[in-house]
Amino acid sequence: MPDKKYEPKIVAFFCNWCTYTAADLAGVSRLKYAPNVKVIRIMCSGRVDPQFILQAFASGADGVLIGGCHPGDCHYSEGNYKMLRRFRLLKRMLHTLGIDDERFRLEWISASEGEKVKIVINDMVEKLKVLGPLSIPKQISVLDEELREITEEHAEPLTGREELSHV
Amino acid sequence: MSDKPKLAFYWCASCGGCEESVVDLAEDILMVAGAVDIIFWPVAMDFKKNDVEAMEDGSIFAAMINGAIRTSEQEEMARLIRRKSKVVIAYGSCAHMGGIPSLANEFSREQIMEFMYQESPSVVNPEKIRPMLNFKHNSQNVNLPEIRNLVRTLDQVIDVDYYLPGCPPTPKLLKQAVLTLLSGEFPPKGTVLSPDEALCEECPRKESKPSDLSFKHFYRPHEVLLDKTKCLLSQGVVCMGPATRAGCEALCISGNMPCSGCFGPTSRVRDQGAKMLSSLCSNISENDEAGIDGVLDGIPDPVGTFYRYGLAASLLRKKITEDV
Repeated sequence: MPDKKYEPKIVAFFCNWCTYTAADLAGVSRLKYAPNVKVIRIMCSGRVDPQFILQAFASGADGVLIGGCHPGDCHYSEGNYKMLRRFRLLKRMLHTLGIDDERFRLEWISASEGEKVKIVINDMVEKLKVLGPLSIPKQISVLDEELREITEEHAEPLTGREELSHV
Repeated sequence: MSDKPKLAFYWCASCGGCEESVVDLAEDILMVAGAVDIIFWPVAMDFKKNDVEAMEDGSIFAAMINGAIRTSEQEEMARLIRRKSKVVIAYGSCAHMGGIPSLANEFSREQIMEFMYQESPSVVNPEKIRPMLNFKHNSQNVNLPEIRNLVRTLDQVIDVDYYLPGCPPTPKLLKQAVLTLLSGEFPPKGTVLSPDEALCEECPRKESKPSDLSFKHFYRPHEVLLDKTKCLLSQGVVCMGPATRAGCEALCISGNMPCSGCFGPTSRVRDQGAKMLSSLCSNISENDEAGIDGVLDGIPDPVGTFYRYGLAASLLRKKITEDV
């Protein structure tokens, strides 16, 4: 069951020309949206290297949101298409690696759509709350506990262990 | 024993190809054998763990360990050899990045055990017997190593000084590495002992690589007759060359097969698979979701394609289980 106090952590990459400006607009318009997002401003959604997304998840993000200009509106003419192409395959790959589709989202938000920033972020936070924490660093550190066992395991003599333990 | 530097070889979760590559030194192995004493090499020579334990700490000049780390025994041996050696080299893709064995990280240990001992079509095991870690027989303890939850790279278990990449490393790189170490001029710790540039740079087909690849379809090598002179990417085949370190001298491409990435990334890249995915996708010719997905249908298994030799070393390392 998801913890009621659980607050998802979202890393968002917003392009300078559209979505970041829209987030600014949301701010000056005093729109309220969930405070779960850490926004990283980039020049273009096409600058988002898939490594950034994996690094965000591997560092403990529960979701990654990418915001870019609408198709046809990219300041650099086709950066958003490059992101869309990467997104389609990366999403499939993340799905194979056990990361729920809701955790990785790409949205086209133009500079005038402050309201959409609010709607998208609130919606994503709600969905992630239902999914619960992803906690990849914790998962890995739990698994790495087994690396510490070995020293003790071989320090003690193996006599007297009657019970059968299965792998 | 002589005063020659002592060299050790060991294998963990590997196929034996790395051992083969040492023998592939051919007559150069005499040069190596003349310059060093090989004091431990389970595949070829009769030394035991006790012999290694009896050595003084740090008395082995260099140890080349191949294979990923999957079992408690491999961990124990890797730690023992680390303690006894001045320099430890992760030898081959599996020790370097997890290799093909680390594709097992797409499954949990329980899934693997269940398939291997129960569900596999060639297994009859109605009592669901599994291997036991220890068992008392005639008042004697019999022990088996434990299969760990994760396949790990060597440097996720012990401190590693250098990496010799490749599945397997080429004899040329091994010879160079041995000569470099014997010269006493050690490269910076953590160096991958192979040129730090993309394979495309040394590819004989480099000139035929177009600046705009504009993929309309991806083919797997068996689906298409490949031109032996043209860049494989330009023929729509996933060639990992752009995201893979040079040093093999384009061996697979010489055999008219695409690079599958065994040398791992260059030093500027953290996650080889993500980088390759990025490069390929950016060059797809379509702009809408349906069109893009149509082109991407030509890559049915992205994890197995982009992380064939390096899932354990990738940023995510394993299939994530959401319910932990």
